[in-house]
Amino acid sequence: MEISSTQYKRCNVVKAIGRVDSASAPQLHELFNKLMEDNQFHIVFNMNDVSFISSAGLRVLISTQKICKRFNRGELVLTNVPENIKAALDLAGFTALFKIFDNEVSAVGYF
Amino acid sequence: METLTFPGNYSSLVKIGDFVTQAARSLGFDGFELYKIETAVDEACSNIIEHAYGQEDIGEIEVSVFTDPEKITITLTDFGLPFNPKNVKKPNLSSKLKDRDDHGLGIYMMKQWMDVVNFESQNEKNILTMVKLFKE
Repeated sequence: MEISSTQYKRCNVVKAIGRVDSASAPQLHELFNKLMEDNQFHIVFNMNDVSFISSAGLRVLISTQKICKRFNRGELVLTNVPENIKAALDLAGFTALFKIFDNEVSAVGYF
Repeated sequence: METLTFPGNYSSLVKIGDFVTQAARSLGFDGFELYKIETAVDEACSNIIEHAYGQEDIGEIEVSVFTDPEKITITLTDFGLPFNPKNVKKPNLSSKLKDRDDHGLGIYMMKQWMDVVNFESQNEKNILTMVKLFKE
């Protein structure tokens, strides 16, 4: 998995390429944590190039969302979610917990 | 039937995934059905490393794949602590964000997405058998 983050005026966009499994989830967790340590709680996760996500990856999303939403200070939103991954989010009951956008422009514009 | 043995660490996950999905693909699985198999195998192997062995590089995972025209049968064998799936609570998928518990999700996904998921512990081995039926 490769990850990057880009800082915009009102939010940060995180992009991951490849598999988010038990091997790579800690790397994603670390990146989200680093943003939050810098008081960046408006986060867009662009999943366009994520080929696979396991429950280890889903756990990272949940724990990040919990921290972002605390004190109403922000939110983690998802965008460009591939079909298979959308089905995994549905199965895990995550679609009620995350806003999902079709494209990055709308997601960034949300903040 | 083909069997390969992998070291019980997270770097093996992608290799185990490739081994199993290659067999599934040759039977005709593709798209979302293939993704379900990949997920179930990934979750099962992550559980073996995390729970049966307790951490990475403690023991091996033996992966066997058997295909016939109707189904793929995958067995995963480890030599770690006995595993009782009854001890894993079903996650509450409709709970609010703050009450969301992190665990139990992997097994839930395996059970939802495979047709058979069977755990067996005997002679200091855990054998997990998963079957996915092939529907045209």
